[in-house]
Amino acid sequence: MDLTELTIKQAHEGLKNGEFTSVDLTKAYLEKIKQSDLNAFLSVTEDLALEMAEIADEKIKSGNFGLLCGIPCAIKDSIMVADEKCTAASKILENYSAPYDATVISKLKEAGAVILGKTNTDEFTMGSSTENSAFGVTKNPHDKTRVPGGSSGGSAAAVAGNLACYALGSDTGGSIRQPASLCGVVGLCPTYGAVSRYGLIAHASSLDQIGPIAKNVEDSKTVFEAICGRDNMDATSVDYKFEEEKTGLKGLKIGVPKEYFAEGLEPEVEKIIRNEIQKAEIAGAEIVEISLPSSQYALACYYIIGPAEISANLARFDGIKYGLSEPGNDLLDVYLKSKGHGFGAEVKRRIMIGTYVLSSGYYDAYYKKAQEVRQLIRQDFAAAFEKVDLIFCPVSPFPAFKIGEKADDPISMYLADIYTIPMKLAGLPGISVPVGKIGNLPVGLQIIGNHFQENKILSVAGLVESKE
Amino acid sequence: MISKEEVLHIAKLARLELADREVEKMQKDLSAILDYFDLLKKAPKPAKSEVAGDLSATRKDEILLKNPSVAQKIIAAAPDKKDDYIKVKAIF
Repeated sequence: MDLTELTIKQAHEGLKNGEFTSVDLTKAYLEKIKQSDLNAFLSVTEDLALEMAEIADEKIKSGNFGLLCGIPCAIKDSIMVADEKCTAASKILENYSAPYDATVISKLKEAGAVILGKTNTDEFTMGSSTENSAFGVTKNPHDKTRVPGGSSGGSAAAVAGNLACYALGSDTGGSIRQPASLCGVVGLCPTYGAVSRYGLIAHASSLDQIGPIAKNVEDSKTVFEAICGRDNMDATSVDYKFEEEKTGLKGLKIGVPKEYFAEGLEPEVEKIIRNEIQKAEIAGAEIVEISLPSSQYALACYYIIGPAEISANLARFDGIKYGLSEPGNDLLDVYLKSKGHGFGAEVKRRIMIGTYVLSSGYYDAYYKKAQEVRQLIRQDFAAAFEKVDLIFCPVSPFPAFKIGEKADDPISMYLADIYTIPMKLAGLPGISVPVGKIGNLPVGLQIIGNHFQENKILSVAGLVESKE
Repeated sequence: MISKEEVLHIAKLARLELADREVEKMQKDLSAILDYFDLLKKAPKPAKSEVAGDLSATRKDEILLKNPSVAQKIIAAAPDKKDDYIKVKAIF
């Protein structure tokens, strides 16, 4: 038996029945990580992992332990694990050690989780391929000449390549769902406010959310349930408790937005998604064509609001408080050089866009307009959810692309998130579930629900996920 | 295309040092991205205006007890310090 192929549930059963210990499980993963050439991890927290595994084994012996106890996981390197390096894949944080645990990490530790290491991401989670990482691209386990998607590409590749039983990622414009789709695993982006962002390195604060990447829907649910809920340290988190719901396909109203099946969607992806919609219809669901007319503006809206927030959030990397500090003649010189040398090309580009759209004379034309458009997008979804229970659509217009293929053209890279961005602007939850393949390359179906309807999404996702 | 001077002005506002070749690439990339934003001009104005956010979300202004070791770690992370103070370069 290869221990690294087990799901959370299966590994839990094995631990319960004494077939193996958490230390056995942890060592199996650590060995596999050492042999792997995917570059999924930026750091391996071997000592921490073995220490946590021993503590978990003690708990397991007592007989009183939950599903996540003793199960090894990987954490995106934008989420802080106390006393471990946290780089956000940036040179500016290359030697930064996290002073405290993110709330999601405290919760996982409480549940007895074992943390194997920190996974690769695009720098400051800005990108769709991990090519913007300062520490090299992660390879897609299904085809090593291709990207795993991003920004949580290290987390998705780690789960798909059996280098972790599950992982945490973060999603600002698609960074959990798109890599999950490209790597053939399940990725859940929760409702804005469902999971605390405390200890997540900020990208765009009105959009950032932490969520699970796992081998199947059931495991995603287990992890989501463990990390969700109100946290005093994050004022945007809400009092929310996950309650399991059994939603069947029979009589379920599924909305299919016509704008998501237009130009740009690869025909083979469309075929797989349409086929899935048809299967749901055969199982008794009512398919309703819906319109989300403002979706056409979502990408432009996102690349104004996101960078505006980035330009404010990343101002803190000034060479004074922490991170890279370049010597300078005066304070301004320290700022200019530390930022100039510490940030990579995409981060600089977004800081520049953000500064531009917020600058005097352009604020109304760009930032204010984008906020109005965000409102239109929210209203589109609100109207849609008066008619339907869930929305089915593609996650990504194409499967995993070649490393380097889009690296030099920012707009063609931005288009990778065209179907994942609109619902983020409305703060809605969505999941990517693997439903088919083009050759070796996985394709995910996106299921979007109304606010805090993760239970409905997960229940239906469990019915449609491909069981290979 | 946005001018070199404009890129340099924005970079200065952003406190970002750019090398010459970065300025050139930024001119090209920013122009393409700003052109793409023109799409928003077509968007209608929202019918009803929404008040953003729930103002009651702000927490009470009170001191939360934390492990003092966290403060020590935060100070330790500063590149330049003296005792428990973080040193900052002269402004002028």
